[in-house]
Amino acid sequence: MISLLAAHRPTDWNFPLFVHVLGAMVLVGGLLAGASLITYARGDVRFLRFGYWTLLFVAFPAYIVMRIGAQWIYSKEPYSDLPAGVDDPTWIGIGFIVADLGALLVLIALIVGGIGVRRLNGGGGQGLLKAAMVIAWLVLAAALVAVWAMAGKPD
Amino acid sequence: MSFDDWILALHLLSAFAYVAGMVVFWVLIYAVRRTDTPDGTIRMAPVVKVGTIGTGVGAVGTIVFGLWLTFSVGGYRIWNFWIIAAIVLWAIAGGIGGRTGKAYMEGMTKAQELEAGGQTGPNAELLALNRTQNGLLLHTAGSIAVLLLLIDMIWKPFA
Repeated sequence: MISLLAAHRPTDWNFPLFVHVLGAMVLVGGLLAGASLITYARGDVRFLRFGYWTLLFVAFPAYIVMRIGAQWIYSKEPYSDLPAGVDDPTWIGIGFIVADLGALLVLIALIVGGIGVRRLNGGGGQGLLKAAMVIAWLVLAAALVAVWAMAGKPD
Repeated sequence: MSFDDWILALHLLSAFAYVAGMVVFWVLIYAVRRTDTPDGTIRMAPVVKVGTIGTGVGAVGTIVFGLWLTFSVGGYRIWNFWIIAAIVLWAIAGGIGGRTGKAYMEGMTKAQELEAGGQTGPNAELLALNRTQNGLLLHTAGSIAVLLLLIDMIWKPFA
């Protein structure tokens, strides 16, 4: 599989793949940084806010870049115009599920966390930010499963 | 999945850990530039550890699994230009990463000294150390090396 892939990937797939992989890497980093900052905040409002802003301004834009790259390279793959009734390979299915469900979860985390950040000034909101943190860790774990699937391409 | 497919997956997961660790450090660099208190600086230590584990595991994993693939996968040779370039860039990124860590640890050490001395308020010297220009330049250079490494891995020049 690996040698086949290396030998046969058309060169015009490289840039979309680069966009996809770079976006995914920064997404994983943004989720890791944001979730870690909230995890280790121990009630420090500055850390809680910074963790949330990291999710909003690093992880979220990176998700968009990753998803654009994914669709771009998918449009070049032979799987994009399979006949009716023929499914995508499992690894692409895993990628779509993680990306689409991940998008929904990231949006929920940003909304819940955003409300939490607004409430920090009044002394509340920490529970909501912890909920956002849990979601971020979940999306991060799912993203790592997707990386495994993209690389190993299980049948 | 074949054994090599598993190794490729681990290689890629390691690369993700490496870049994720570097992103964590970018976020911390931004945060620490506004931090002038010992407590605020020391509080970042657990997240620094997360970034260190990410880059450490990533650096070891990428080279070990990458070299395994070089010798195991048909069509790849250790003397291929893109593989030599990848090893050189990996070494450069690692070397720069070590120096970056030392540059930023000066602020952390100062913060610990100040706290041990009972000084908890804002400190101009600590802020200057946290805003190390040398550390910022080094992390920028390390990030560029990793970016070039990713480009090399995808385009595989002269393969």
